[in-house]
Amino acid sequence: MRVHAFRLGTIAVVAAVIALLPFGLSNYHVGLFAQVAVFFIAVLGLNILTGYSGQISIGHGAFMAIGGYTTAVMSRDHDTNLVLTMLMAFVVCFAFGLVVGLPALRLSGVYLALVTFALAVSVPQIPLKFSKFLGGSNGVQSARTVSNLWLYGVGWTAAAILFVLAWLLLRGRLGRALRSIRDSEVAAVSSGVELPVYKTFAFGISAAYAGVAGSLFVLATNGFAQPNEFGILLSLELLIGAAVAGLGSLWGVLAGAAFVALLPTISKDVPVVGSQHGQDVVFGLLVILVMLLLPTGFAGLLGRALRGRSP
Amino acid sequence: MAAAETRTGTQLRNGAASLRGLVRPIPLLLAGAVVFLALGSTFSTIFAQQTVAGLAQGAVYSSLALALVLIYRATEVINFAQGEMAMATTYVAYQLILWGLPYWGAFFVTLAVAFVFGTVVQLALIRPVQHKSVIAIVIITVGLFILIDGLVAWKWGADIKFMPSPFGQTVYHVGGVPVAQEDLGTLLVVVISVVLLWGLFRFTKLGLGMRAAALRPDAARLVGVRVDRMLAVGWGLAAVLGAVAGLMAEPAAFVLQPSFMQPILLYAFSAAVLGGLESPIGAVVGGLALGVFLNLVGQYVPFVTSEIRLPFAFLVLLVVLLIKPSGLFGRARVRRV
Amino acid sequence: MTALLELRDVEARYGPVQVLRGVSLEVPEGSVVAVLGANGAGKTTTLRAISNTVRRSGELLFAGEPLGHRGPEAIARLGVAHVPEGRGTFAELTVWENLRLGAYTRPGSSLRSDPGRVLSYFPWLEDRRNQEAGTLSGGEQQMLALARAFVQRPRLLMLDEPSLGLAPVLVTEIFRIIRELNEQEGLTVLVVEQNAHLALQLAQTAYVLEVGRVALSGPSEELAAHESVRRSYLGY
Repeated sequence: MRVHAFRLGTIAVVAAVIALLPFGLSNYHVGLFAQVAVFFIAVLGLNILTGYSGQISIGHGAFMAIGGYTTAVMSRDHDTNLVLTMLMAFVVCFAFGLVVGLPALRLSGVYLALVTFALAVSVPQIPLKFSKFLGGSNGVQSARTVSNLWLYGVGWTAAAILFVLAWLLLRGRLGRALRSIRDSEVAAVSSGVELPVYKTFAFGISAAYAGVAGSLFVLATNGFAQPNEFGILLSLELLIGAAVAGLGSLWGVLAGAAFVALLPTISKDVPVVGSQHGQDVVFGLLVILVMLLLPTGFAGLLGRALRGRSP
Repeated sequence: MAAAETRTGTQLRNGAASLRGLVRPIPLLLAGAVVFLALGSTFSTIFAQQTVAGLAQGAVYSSLALALVLIYRATEVINFAQGEMAMATTYVAYQLILWGLPYWGAFFVTLAVAFVFGTVVQLALIRPVQHKSVIAIVIITVGLFILIDGLVAWKWGADIKFMPSPFGQTVYHVGGVPVAQEDLGTLLVVVISVVLLWGLFRFTKLGLGMRAAALRPDAARLVGVRVDRMLAVGWGLAAVLGAVAGLMAEPAAFVLQPSFMQPILLYAFSAAVLGGLESPIGAVVGGLALGVFLNLVGQYVPFVTSEIRLPFAFLVLLVVLLIKPSGLFGRARVRRV
Repeated sequence: MTALLELRDVEARYGPVQVLRGVSLEVPEGSVVAVLGANGAGKTTTLRAISNTVRRSGELLFAGEPLGHRGPEAIARLGVAHVPEGRGTFAELTVWENLRLGAYTRPGSSLRSDPGRVLSYFPWLEDRRNQEAGTLSGGEQQMLALARAFVQRPRLLMLDEPSLGLAPVLVTEIFRIIRELNEQEGLTVLVVEQNAHLALQLAQTAYVLEVGRVALSGPSEELAAHESVRRSYLGY
């Protein structure tokens, strides 16, 4: 009971902080925290896949790309309402996620990870090959752009909705099924869990989340969708975010998202090492340190704190 | 985690099994490929040239792929930083040459440095979290990737540097086919390295200890094998293989910049998975096969331009995995203690 | 005769489950000692406690020196050969490679120093040198495990249920070899066995464990004649 009250209380406080934050920050910082929302959604989705169903993906940047391009193209060609494009990105990416999830059933562990890695590398090349429709290396520009405040508001609202959705999905049958799959596939099947259905669904839903994040991502960069924004580094950052958050739990996602969204930018200002390379050195070092100190991520830390450090 | 199946799964599997029946004789397939290459080479000089060049390229992929497999067998993770570690050691060689060392002197010193580098990484970064979380180890290697990238660019700059080549520009003519000395040299260096390593594992006590530690760590401890130490040595040797790959990456007119190992890492991943992640032979064969295949396809199939080379390699990988999910030489193995 | 191995009030646990609740025993140098008991009594755990492959506390002395926090590898190097449940052979390696691993702790790089000795006890090994150990029969694997342990030239040989899953003919053979190793090589043996009859024939002294404690101990002849031992473990 105490745990529940603690959690609800924390959520209320966090929600309040998020709601009030823009009033105290400069426009630049509002944009920065809007970025956190983008990663929050993407990491949330990845966590459902990797943390709960145990399927490792290093390719969710590809789904972000699909979502982002959906928004850009729909806006460019039909001037579609931007929020509507986000919904479309959700659906489109869900479909793609199912398509990827099906063959993924045959692969396990590292093999799956490497295939998703292949996805992350290959998908950004597609706009280059089909440059007429998808803009090539010049990218696709949406018809409208949005303010940082819009991004912040819509982003965090979407984040809140998707968080609740994830929570509802995971506390019910889906969550139990996924957790049983993660712990032991054999046991899950013998208890009647229809493996392929749940695993594929997990892929679909996590891709859908990444798609929405991708939409926001593109809108955050002036509505401009470009291939090299969605390189392998993005997928790696998502995985880092999920690991720092702590797999298999929703509670560390904020920390994980903040880590990957904010750190690279903050570390740019580190004096000694200077600009771009300094950023990499500091970020890389911090990633290593965080994983050494908190191998189970922030969720692990929270878990220990709540349970009073029992094993 | 054992893989389990339901009815749907069984249906999918039966469909693939009929396909698999065709591909089961892997050695036969390889023999067929070798015959094909030999025939093609006698009929067309360009074919022969591309095959040899492909083998040389493939040798580099093999070396790095072997490093990945070595670490995977020992620690059960993919070291994402393998390519960047190789890149860093190549820069070390560059610096040694700048300081006046002759090429081959720098080569061997670099290998020694790489060994130490590999063991230090294992001791400092991997051992602390080894038994706690697989994903933590993976992320640490990713962090290492980013860190090394930044450090090298910081110390040496991201601009292009020129690295002297140990091989001349000589071109030999073997039966009418122009064969570049650099290709031969690359092949030779990689083959020697691989053979030496094989000898180490097969014939020495250390090699036996390392194999035992990778196969069944608990049983190995009972016979007195210092398993932790073996893991560190494994990482050291993998780093040496990576250093060889980095140094042999493009021996002629070698252009050095921090990103040069990244595509090679991706090809090495493909090669390693293609061969079956637990199989050293698979890594070597996979690398060579990939190199030759991509070169020939690039030569004869106009659709495959240089931008698509990498995604195409992955497509091939995907197709192979769908038919044989544990790679060409892999077996679905259960880890024992 | 001094005790090569001494355990005093040793406790051991698997996570929250405590299995050994204060076991004390002595293994004199040059003797054969048997540990008997039902399933779950803690026999295997006792051996694991000695090789430190389970969390344990209490005093464990080997040749008078406390084992302390030494890891399994260090304990093997001290001269303890532990042949575990499941034999601990490397199925993926060849017979000869398994034997070479036995010689791992010895200085020098190969088995060449005395292949003769091991072959005199296990002559069939010569023909199967390059055979993958996993393709051997159960009995052969058990003998390979024993051979491997012998190659280690240990001071103490610990065997966990060597008769498990083997046909009676093979079991007799294995016990004969163990007896020979003890009598001719002076090897000290600590054997855990469910087959109480054979174990009591082989060993000079025995300990009977029940629920993680020593319930009975003494010379084998006495225990074999003991009422409760006869009823519970010897079947008559």
